[in-house]
Amino acid sequence: MKFSVTVFPGSNCDHDCETVLRDVMKQPVEMIWHKDTDLKKPDCVVVPGGFSYGDYLRTGAIARFSPVMRSVADFAAQGGLVIGICNGFQILCEAGLLPGALIRNRGLQFICQNVWLRVEDNRTLFTNACEKGQVLKIPIAHGEGNYFIEPAGLERIEGEGQVVVRYCSPQGAVNDASNPNGSLHNIAGIRNARGNVFGLMPHPDRSGEEPLGSADGVLIWKSILNSLAVAK
Amino acid sequence: MTPLLPEVTDAIVKEHGLKPDEYARILEILGRKPNLNELGVYSVMWSEHCGYKHSRSLLKGLPTKGDKVLQGPGENAGILDIGDGWAVAFKVESHNHPSAIEPYQGAATGVGGILRDIFTMGARPVASLNSLRFGSLEDPTVKRLFSGVVKGIADYGNCMGIPTVAGEVVFDDCYAGNCLVNAMSVGLCRHEHIIRGKATGVGNAVIYIGSTTGRDGIHGATFASTEITDATTEKRSAVQVADPFMEKLLMEATLELIHNDLLVGIQDMGAAGLTCSTCEMASRGGAGIEIDVTKVPQRENGMSPYEILLSESQERMLLVAKPGCERKVHDVLAKWDLHAATIGTVTDTGKMVVKEAGKVVVEVPAESLTDAPVYHPSKSEPASFKTHRTFDESKVAVPGDLNGVLLRLLDDPTIASKRWVYRQYDHMVRTNSLIRPGSDAAVLRVKGTDRGLAMAIDCIGALCALDPYEGAKAAVCEAARNVSCSGATPIGVTDCLNFGNPEKPEVYWTFERVIAGLGDACRALGVPITGGNVSFYNENPTGAVDPTPVIGMMGLFEDVSKRATQWFKAEGDAVYLLGSLQDSIGASHYLRVVHGLKTGKVAEVKLDLEVSVQKAVRVLIQDGLAQSAHDCSDGGFAVALAECCFTGQTHEAPSLGVQASLPGEGRVDGRLFGETASRVIVSCKPGDAAKLEEKARALGVPVAKIGTVGGDRIAVKGYLDIPVEKASEAFFGAIEKRMS
Repeated sequence: MKFSVTVFPGSNCDHDCETVLRDVMKQPVEMIWHKDTDLKKPDCVVVPGGFSYGDYLRTGAIARFSPVMRSVADFAAQGGLVIGICNGFQILCEAGLLPGALIRNRGLQFICQNVWLRVEDNRTLFTNACEKGQVLKIPIAHGEGNYFIEPAGLERIEGEGQVVVRYCSPQGAVNDASNPNGSLHNIAGIRNARGNVFGLMPHPDRSGEEPLGSADGVLIWKSILNSLAVAK
Repeated sequence: MTPLLPEVTDAIVKEHGLKPDEYARILEILGRKPNLNELGVYSVMWSEHCGYKHSRSLLKGLPTKGDKVLQGPGENAGILDIGDGWAVAFKVESHNHPSAIEPYQGAATGVGGILRDIFTMGARPVASLNSLRFGSLEDPTVKRLFSGVVKGIADYGNCMGIPTVAGEVVFDDCYAGNCLVNAMSVGLCRHEHIIRGKATGVGNAVIYIGSTTGRDGIHGATFASTEITDATTEKRSAVQVADPFMEKLLMEATLELIHNDLLVGIQDMGAAGLTCSTCEMASRGGAGIEIDVTKVPQRENGMSPYEILLSESQERMLLVAKPGCERKVHDVLAKWDLHAATIGTVTDTGKMVVKEAGKVVVEVPAESLTDAPVYHPSKSEPASFKTHRTFDESKVAVPGDLNGVLLRLLDDPTIASKRWVYRQYDHMVRTNSLIRPGSDAAVLRVKGTDRGLAMAIDCIGALCALDPYEGAKAAVCEAARNVSCSGATPIGVTDCLNFGNPEKPEVYWTFERVIAGLGDACRALGVPITGGNVSFYNENPTGAVDPTPVIGMMGLFEDVSKRATQWFKAEGDAVYLLGSLQDSIGASHYLRVVHGLKTGKVAEVKLDLEVSVQKAVRVLIQDGLAQSAHDCSDGGFAVALAECCFTGQTHEAPSLGVQASLPGEGRVDGRLFGETASRVIVSCKPGDAAKLEEKARALGVPVAKIGTVGGDRIAVKGYLDIPVEKASEAFFGAIEKRMS
């Protein structure tokens, strides 16, 4: 299966995504420069983390206007699989491909550490290799990962089951103590209503190998490969 | 049009920080009076910061050679061969004065500057480290400086996508008013991509890339070469402003230019900006350079040649293109939306010539700028040293509550966990970080090979304050020991020597003793010094900082799968001490924190023993016998033993307890908390105990079984017994509670 990773000026996890997909998952990867509009016929598009355009103005606010994002939106509209990680999640929210927004962490500090995520739904295109309720150890590294959405929107995404993963304790308890950044309802990752676009703050790209501290991120990539195999 | 330059007078010479005999030397070189532009150019290049006037003669005595050295001192960074066609470039540099005035920007631009030093050599930065020193953390001003510096480092490194993987933070009153911010960067490159900062090839284009030039940072290098006084806090215009996004683009573009083989040479514009980069490149290439300042991209109107030449605006580089490659260079820069301008050419005159719209405004021999005067200041041993050496420890009573002492030391911000700091640094990006912050050294893999790098940065300023020779030896040995405790072999050093005013004989005496200690320790360990930085004039109204030779140590793994962390691994594992416990409390944290005494005799670092202990640790790790290895440093044996128990650096795994006994004889506080060098705590599986003992003895190292991993208490029979959780809370909470 072919993955295309978008590269904005200031992207810096493009390399992490490329490494996990090519070296660990053994899949072909194309890197797509932000000025290009040809996504090179991918099976899945990855919008990586980093500080696109320095995150000046607002995280993801400038990147959404890049030429490549028009192609990503078209690809998503045709049902293509899109995953946005960290800054990629912020960009997908800014671009309107996912609901809500990511604001400053409640402690106002950048946080880099491993966290635990509870899989709320294992029937999605991005989590089908997990058990329902499974706890994944995956790192975060962000200053603005505090998920926010207006009350009606929150009710809608909860009602539709669009919340895919939540921050939790190592034992799977979703509570305030296990919420690293103040996200509403401990939301760490959501999908769109159609189910083909997924965004999350934690990094499955940095948790693909045990020596790095966790290989749980592989389950996300495996799920995507499962979904694509079924679709083909 | 620029107005006519004012005549150079004695007052103007003095204002530029040039001494009368230095000015006389300029007159002799030029055979005429310099104009104001030329005077400005000499003043920055002959500042202590750029010219190493007071340090050069002594630095010559340091060992800089070795079979792995591909580039020693004198370039933007040192480079070592690490095998398989790969090389590591690394260097540490100070940004003390700017950070004391404006902590956020000062620290951020410090990181930016050292990163440019690495990628300008053709290496991709893969890790950052830092060494920070402040006054007491109880002081609100220190809290502001500390949080500003950490945020500055974090924001810059995080945006660049370069992990900040290790560091040290020390709080001591001597740094109040003059904090130390030393930033280190490490980069990887293929041998064939190494490039140097030299200009050659008459007629080759000299190209300026990166940010526009503004009025910020004018005379930053001169500012760094004077003492901080109340008046200096008004020198904020000498502090630059950071733009990490611009630097990220500059880094990618620079590496693309180098990897596509389009350049003859390249150098970043750091201290002394365009002036330094032009004359240093010309001087190294044995050539001349001619530029026109009107072609330099400017962010403000009406800048004079003087301002353009001396600006220290950040995120700029100067490069010399290969013949016929000028167009391709501009194409790469256009891809990254970067400013680029051909501002001049390489000449064979040996001169640095600057024109303004065709009219010559500077014309001086390039080499004379990089050949600053050398001084041999007078020196004398400070009187206080004798009292330290002869301090009578027997007058210090052994406390009754040793549990309380251990908790107090774990709660001391210098000893305590720096989680509050490194949690703000992205230390995982690029997916190479195999051992992350919190253990003795950080370990990174080198993708595509079995190899790995270990790195640590260390100094014990308080030891150097009491005995600069032994203190410097201790700093080198501790940095190397930290690397050895990860399983890697130390292969090279970068140093950042932070001192007070070298024109004071007592300061210069400590400088000389530190250099002697560094040299002896590096020779014993077989590690060359490949580059670094000297920062003098670190003084505030109350006096000089402690002599602080910060050591950045690089270590190499042939097989990075054979590595260790400092934490105990399993219940029932046997715990051993390599080296032996002494009963001295001299110069320890314990003596300072618990008894309020910054004094005592610094124990001699026995270099033979140190070399054997480090070798033994590496062999035990490489043979798979040692499950963990941790050196005893700040807080001594007791603190090290406790740290081995704090298994999960972010509470990811339950902590393990230990049941131990205390080897050695003599005063118990010395054995528990004393800080003599050459001691390491290792653990092994019970079945490997005999093999471990045998191996250590065969390598000539004292080895003693001290206990067993297990339970939920840190217990040293007869002396200490506290719950791991209680100790862990003190250790992890110390800085967090003071900063909340």
